[in-house]
Amino acid sequence: MHWFSAKRTIKLGVKSLWMHRLRSTLTMLGIVFGVCSVIAMLAIGEGASREAQDAIARLGSTNLIIETVKPSDEQANSGEANTMRKYGLTYVDAESIRNTIPSVQVIVPVREIDQEARYLNRKVAIKLIGTIPWYTEVSPVRLIRGRFLSSVDLQYQLATCVIENQVARKLFAFDDPLGMDVRIYGNYYRVVGIVARLAGGQTADSFASEIAAVNGNGGGGVIGNVYIPLTTARKRFTEVKASFGGGSESIEKVELQKIVVKVDSTEQVLPMRNILNTLLGRIHDKQDYNIVVPLELLRQAARTKQIFSIVLGSIAAISLLVGGIGIMNIMLATVSERTREIGIRRALGARKWDIIVQFLSETLLLTLAGGILGIILGALIPFLVTYFGHMPTVITPSSLVLAFGISAVVGITFGIYPAYRAANMDPIESLRHE
Amino acid sequence: MAVVHIEKLCKTYQLGPVQLPALRDVDLEIEQGQYIAIMGPSGSGKSTLLNLLGCLDRPTSGRYWLGGKDVSTLDDNHLSLIRGKRIGFIFQSYNLIGQLNVIENIKLPMSYQGFSEERSIERAGKLATMVGLGDRFKHRPRELSGGQQQRVAIARALANDPVIILADEPTGNLDSESGAEILTILDDLHQRGKTLIIVTHDEHIGGRAERTIHLLDGRIERVEYNHRR
Repeated sequence: MHWFSAKRTIKLGVKSLWMHRLRSTLTMLGIVFGVCSVIAMLAIGEGASREAQDAIARLGSTNLIIETVKPSDEQANSGEANTMRKYGLTYVDAESIRNTIPSVQVIVPVREIDQEARYLNRKVAIKLIGTIPWYTEVSPVRLIRGRFLSSVDLQYQLATCVIENQVARKLFAFDDPLGMDVRIYGNYYRVVGIVARLAGGQTADSFASEIAAVNGNGGGGVIGNVYIPLTTARKRFTEVKASFGGGSESIEKVELQKIVVKVDSTEQVLPMRNILNTLLGRIHDKQDYNIVVPLELLRQAARTKQIFSIVLGSIAAISLLVGGIGIMNIMLATVSERTREIGIRRALGARKWDIIVQFLSETLLLTLAGGILGIILGALIPFLVTYFGHMPTVITPSSLVLAFGISAVVGITFGIYPAYRAANMDPIESLRHE
Repeated sequence: MAVVHIEKLCKTYQLGPVQLPALRDVDLEIEQGQYIAIMGPSGSGKSTLLNLLGCLDRPTSGRYWLGGKDVSTLDDNHLSLIRGKRIGFIFQSYNLIGQLNVIENIKLPMSYQGFSEERSIERAGKLATMVGLGDRFKHRPRELSGGQQQRVAIARALANDPVIILADEPTGNLDSESGAEILTILDDLHQRGKTLIIVTHDEHIGGRAERTIHLLDGRIERVEYNHRR
């Protein structure tokens, strides 16, 4: 086909679609919504899964997080009632891991205490984190100003602290926090640094508060973390916690809430979990710890995403299929309505192929126009979802290409039969058609 | 050699188990530039003969040479090509395409022969002027009178300079005045050396042709020669 006859065919197609504006528009809607839903669904799915994956990745794919878990009641009742229950991770655990497993790159014990921080007449609920300088290697915190805790702080049990920026904002407002003293539980701690948790840490937060909930110290109203040296925390805060609830009194002692272990590479993560399980299983007679492997969560998230994509993709594919059938239906009606025109064209020298090209290009024009409209709408919807629904969405270029490709394929697939029907009509019969 | 040469042309329609012969052993020879009328009552095989002459259909048996080429056994693609190049159709109900304007309708046969856009538009313009539609280029068929529409159809039939022009009751839908105008144009084409074959009921039109072929029951009943001219 010469370029001018292609141009003529397109012109003719546009013309005859324009003649039936309402019909063409309604026909196109099926494809518009199909393509639009493909893009919107993929964008929302991609956004949700990327958010989850980012959150998990921020926990560190080479990290293993051992958490203290309150053992179930059955196990607890086997001990004597009304005595102090002692469970969870201990300094001995951390020491044993460091001494017996050489492939551990970094090991960071973490103590978490719910406290209030005060400055002048201001007061905020915080989570006090007692830890060591290497905390920054296993946790997604970024230093904004000053410094993080040092080994000197640790060694001399100094009353220094590092606060998170939202704590700094609440507590100090327009004052410079560096060098100021924050009062926590009657003691003063000098602020040596300000850190920020990495962007989008919302899920990491909820993850942390989930762990906190498991630990039995709900993180309600906590606006951020304050880090102090672990040794200082050990000296100044009791590990014994008394609580009165459900008509009985319970006294618990927990040394460490978390031990974070970092290995060299992701391949070592799963073997390390087995090693840790074996080691801790020897030391602990109760199942009072749990090993969280971000890498595994990441893999699970990837699997979930795959299922999510398949489900969303199928829904979108079905809507495109419905759109395609709608197009075929209308094109068949168009063909029989224009039987006489087909007869005239055939009498004037049009080959079957010319008729096929004419009707196929009409269908293609219709679906491609629908595809483009669908892409525009489909790109708009995730934007609105993000704006009004505060959900992250990600439009990948591949989803645009996919949607456009699908609409072209739908156009060809569902255009072929009507075009073929048109081409194979008997010219004599068609000319007689009223 | 004659422009149209037909030998023992037969066409039988199969209607379920019944065989319906529409044409039986028709022999016909038409020379370049002749004006032929085909007449006969309905059911006599006029339409069948016209469809065969127009390469819209293939004979059951017999041969048909058009412009020296045997077209009785060609496949659909080649028949389309022959229709476009060698045959000009004029129908009773004009058969223009409603969404195309006068020029676009006239150049339609050229577009299927791969003529360039400029060339076809130029030629379509000339043809439209020739049939007296010089001021109606952009009009749609429904904006034209019946006589004007039939003139567009005549111009369209001439688009590819065909070997024969087939007209099926060209004045059937027209009042006598417009009909007379159309017949004058056809006479004019004959004067210019075109080969015309007209199917009609109208004795008056038949009388204008050089030769009138009367069909009855699928056979040529008699041939009349008019020496009026």
